[in-house]
Formats: sequence, structure tokens, C-alpha cells
Amino acid sequence: MATSIKSIPYEEYFLAGNGSCPGCGLTIGLRNVLKALGSEVYMVVPASCSSVVQSPFPNSSATVPLLNTPFAAAASAATGMVRALRKNGKDAVVMVWAGDGGTFDIGLATVSGAAERNEDILYICYDNEAYMNTGGHRSSATPIGTFTGTTPTGKRENKKNVPFIIAAHNVPYVATASVAYVTDLYDKILKAKSIKGFKYIQVLAPCTPGWLLPTEKSVESARLGVQTGMYHLFEIENGIFKVSPPSKAYLKKEKRKPVIEYLQIQGRFKHLKEEDIKRIEEWIDTISEEYAQLDGKRVF
Amino acid sequence: MSIIEDRRETNLKKNVKVVTANEAVALAVKYAKVDVVGAYPISPQTSIMEYLTKYQETESLDLQIVRVESEHSAMAVAMGAAAVGARAFTATASQGLLYMAEMVYWVAGSRLPVVMVVTSRAMGAPWVLGNEHTDMLLPREWGWMVLAPEHNQEVFDTIIQAYKLADSTFIPVIVGLDGYILSHTTMPIELPNQELVDSFIPKNTPKPYALDTKDPSTHGNAVYQQLYQEMRWDIFRTIQEAEDLVDEINRAWAKLTGRDYGGVIEEYMLEDAEVALIVMGASSGDAKEAAKLVREKYNIKAGVMRLRSIRPFPIKRLHKIFNNYNIKAIGVIDRNMSPGLGGMIATEVKFTLYELPKRPKIQSYIGGLGGRDIKLKDFENIYLELDDIANGKKDVEICKWINLDLEAYNKFAIEV
Repeated sequence: MATSIKSIPYEEYFLAGNGSCPGCGLTIGLRNVLKALGSEVYMVVPASCSSVVQSPFPNSSATVPLLNTPFAAAASAATGMVRALRKNGKDAVVMVWAGDGGTFDIGLATVSGAAERNEDILYICYDNEAYMNTGGHRSSATPIGTFTGTTPTGKRENKKNVPFIIAAHNVPYVATASVAYVTDLYDKILKAKSIKGFKYIQVLAPCTPGWLLPTEKSVESARLGVQTGMYHLFEIENGIFKVSPPSKAYLKKEKRKPVIEYLQIQGRFKHLKEEDIKRIEEWIDTISEEYAQLDGKRVF
Repeated sequence: MSIIEDRRETNLKKNVKVVTANEAVALAVKYAKVDVVGAYPISPQTSIMEYLTKYQETESLDLQIVRVESEHSAMAVAMGAAAVGARAFTATASQGLLYMAEMVYWVAGSRLPVVMVVTSRAMGAPWVLGNEHTDMLLPREWGWMVLAPEHNQEVFDTIIQAYKLADSTFIPVIVGLDGYILSHTTMPIELPNQELVDSFIPKNTPKPYALDTKDPSTHGNAVYQQLYQEMRWDIFRTIQEAEDLVDEINRAWAKLTGRDYGGVIEEYMLEDAEVALIVMGASSGDAKEAAKLVREKYNIKAGVMRLRSIRPFPIKRLHKIFNNYNIKAIGVIDRNMSPGLGGMIATEVKFTLYELPKRPKIQSYIGGLGGRDIKLKDFENIYLELDDIANGKKDVEICKWINLDLEAYNKFAIEV
């Protein structure tokens, strides 16, 4: 039974007045993730916007214990933490809250290590598709064609499929989500909380300055990402791939919104030529077709 | 009863085991009731992890060992465990320590009482396995305390003392032991009663830093310039003030076990010494032998200061030694180097002694790099040279190299 927006708790665990930009996707995500997890959670945060957003010492927006770590250390620090807590009989959730740079790039070996050992960690990657904390620089999560500070004429390479890489480690639970679909995200967190072992959830989280996006378009772009098929929401539970309800309708080309609707509201895609957009459209067709075929099947 | 049987009897009574230093480390970790270990293989440290995993899997030792994918993660695991108040351990060497460096620095800044063993080994390029002290000395600038035992018994004892030191100061501690020379050499060690260790390093000490859902706090978030410098100052003065604590902990342990290592410095025949060596680690034994030898052979009044603590640097003790004794010339043996300058320890000794009203002549010696032996004969020659320096027959040079074989090197060196 899916959670309705009305049943999401009023309690706040990541407080207002924090250092995030207006329309910040990561804060929308984190706020709702913590609502799903409650107060019995330890957060581990590697270098990222989240290191800044939480506010500088002596202030903190987090009402749960939070350990900041260097960039590539989060999954391992969380491992040490969860091993110590379990050894001393404590059952709290240990959650990594990391960006895409810290997950897809510099932290990937560490994430892979923790996944391979099936550590009892909930690893959440909020995916704003670039190193936004440094001022917007390409990561391997940046989609093809995207303008960033280090891809001034557009990125040449495709986005890395990290959910599938993690799923290939035979972990019990992998999912993708979008901050525009809060109840879907909320339910995925609840499910992950109930599973022992390594859980990976990747959340599309728009970055208004990084995406060159008007503040009020933040949630809209996170929704259009799903509706245009740029970002597919799915679960891989014990190796079985399942497209999530918000994405299901958009697997069919005729139901999908044209990708231009997603691209045109974001300054980072402004320079794309017609043929670039066509190529992205083709990629969406292929991947959507693939996911439709895989739906309900064992992938790992 | 023969002497051998008699000794065997006493050893059994005393719980003596013949072990390598690496096994002594593993035993100390077991006795210290460590909760979490981050384990990654690198020579010459690896057998520590082999012993620990063996204790865990075949002797059901209640220890969480995380077989991580890198040294960076090994220290991250120790950090995560320590951050929630658990007792954490890891070990590394050489390239591993360099790879781990970011986390080593972070743990110090986090004031987490982690203990790490560095089985010292030279660093590449080129690939090199032999012992030298450069790796274990690097973190002396990173906010860790660094202790250097001489033999396997002291290795065991120093790890127990390191936990005491770390728990009392919230400063992490490195126990640096000579790779191969100690790590792979067997010696008898006496194991204490578990209860004795439990009471010496209780696990329920105050942990104001520990994260807890019952009293949530945030660790390591950004500070700006108004606080960072004070945080560094706090690490600085805590380590400086710990000189007395290292002595105290040594005395307390000596009272319980009868094993007194002299605290921050083991002083050897210094009372009447005119020349002395400053050494650390496993080859200190040769330096002591040589001191005895040159006393007999040449009537040179020689002594040894063996540094047991590099951080805290034994400032007070060195001042006391040179104020009380009439040592005219010292040689500082560094199995490490600060390129173009001298030995790291020599530099620090000069810094420490410069303002003394009667300071000795100080000669820096670099040698024993990459596993090169410093032999008894070398120490003998150094004492003879120091005697000349003390008597004004020879001048001090900025830095001298021991056993530099340029003839061999020049056969391969490319002219540029």
C-alpha cells in the first residue's frame, strides 16, 4: 500500500534555515528521506553540497547524528560505524547521504567494497548530475551534451549506469527515485529500511544554479526528467528489475513527453543543436524499450 | 632440573609466548578488546591481519574485522567505528600509509582515539621493501602521536599504552615498528592477565565525541578561520603536554608488569657520557652494544638516548638530560631523510637544544634507508668520529651519510 502525501509525518529532522539554495533538490530529498527514517538514524556525509548545506559549526540543520567524511570515505566510514553499532547491540539505520561525484567517481571503489561485503548500510546518492559544490563540473553522472564548467561545449560521454553496477554486486535492494515523486521516494526508503544488507537508492535532485534553472522550476524539472524518460524510476530487488509506477506510463513512446520540454527549461542544455536533441531522443527510445523488456525480469 | 627446563617452567607460569612482532601486535589488539579493525594487506604488515582473522574465525574472538578494498577505507572504517565510541585499530606501511594519508589527517582532526601500527618500510619509486622510518614519521606532522618500540615485548606493551594515551587525550596514536627487522623476527614475550589489561585500559572511559541518536550532534562540519586555528592549537598543546603522560603511563605499566622502558626516552649509560647517540627502533640495540664496546676498547665515554616517543617530542626530557649531564657531542641517527636538509629527528633535536646554555655539538647521520644495514662497526666508527668532534679535532657537517656506496651507484647512474 503506497503512502499518500497526507500520511508523511510532520516531524522535521533536517531543519529550515539551512544553507541550501532556493529550490535545492537535495534538501527536498533529504527532508523526506529523514521523515521516512525517523530519529534512529546515523548520517554519514562525504564532501558535497550537503557538507555545506548542513551549516557551519557551531550550527547544524541535522537533528540526527551526522559524521562528515572526506570525499571517498563515506561508505567505509559507514561500514565501521554500523559494525560498531551492531557489535554493541544497536539497531539504528546507518545512512550515507552522498552526491553523484562522491558516488559515481571518487567514491565508487569504496561503494563497491561496501556493496560486495553487503554491509548493512542505506546508501543514498542524490544525483544532481555534476560536481555542484565546486561550482558545477562534469562527473560521470552528467548526461551527454550537458554544459558544465569543465564541459563548456557539452559533455561528450553518456551518463554511467551506477544503479546497475551496484546491482551487479548482488545486493538485496537498488532503486532510483526523483524528488518530484516524494511518496515513491518515501516508500522506497521504508522498504530499504526493512531490508538487511546493502541498499542503494539514487535520487534525481535538481540543482538550480548548476542546471541554470529558475528556482520555481526545480520540482518541475525533476518531474519532467521522469516524464520524458531522461530518468527512469525502478527497483532491482534481489536481482529482479521492476519499473516503478511513476515511470511505468512513460515507457511507451506515444505516452512520453518530448525531451525538449525537459531540456528547454534548463540553461545547461541551451546550446544543444537539433541533431543533439535527436540523439538524446534516440537514446531515450532505446533505453525505455530495454527497460520495458526487462520489467519483472531477473537482471542479476 | 636443568636450566632449560627451569626456564620453561617459569615461562609457563609467566605465560610466555615466542612470537613475531606482528603476532605481538595481534595479541595486543586481542587483549585490548578492540571492537573494529579495518584490514587491508601490505607487506610487512599483512601477517597482523592474518593473525587477527585467524583469532576471529577459529578462536571466536569477538572482533569486527572489515576486509576493505583500500587503506583509505581501512582508516575510514576505524574512523566510523571510533566516531560512535568503539575501540578501533588498523595497520599499514609505506605506500599504504601514503594512500591512507587523507584519512589519517582527518582522524587526527576529528580527535578520535584510533591506534594504528605502521610496520615501517621505505617508499617508492622505485619499488622497495626494506625498512626505514620515513613512513611512520610523516604523520608526526598530521596530529598523531608516534611511539617507537625496540623489541617485540615492547611492541605488545606499547600498543596497550597507546590505547591509554589515546583514550586520555583524544589524539590518535601510531606505534611504529621496524618492518621485517621486528615484524618478522620471533622473540619471547610475556603476556599479562586479561584483567590487568582491562583495568589499565577500561573501555568505559568518557567519550564526549561519540555520536549517539539519543544526543545527536554533527561532526566535522565546516568551520571558518575564527575557529580552525584554535582547533589546531588544541592538538598542538595536547600533544606537547602529553610528554609527561607518556612517562606516567610507562611508570604505571612498569608498576604492574615490572617492565620499565624509560618513558619518552630510554637513557643508556648517560650519567658520565661525553658522546652519545640518539636512535630509535630496532637497531637501538646495536647502538647500545657499540657504546659498551667503545667504552672498553677506546675508553670513550659513550651513551645512548633511545627515543620512544617522537610525538610528543621529548623536549623536557632532552633539556633535562643536557642540563644534568656533561655530554659534549651527539650523533642523531636518522633512518629517514628530509631531502637537502638532514635527518628529520636531527632537525628536531637541534631545534630543541639550540637555546640551552650548554648545548652539545650535534651531528646528523642519515643511513639505513630501504633496508640497508647499519652495523655494529658503523656505530663504533660514529662514536670515534663523535669523540673527535667533542675534542675539537673534527667539525660538524650539516649532514653525513652512513655507508654511501657511490662506486656501486655510479655504475648504473646516467650522466646528466
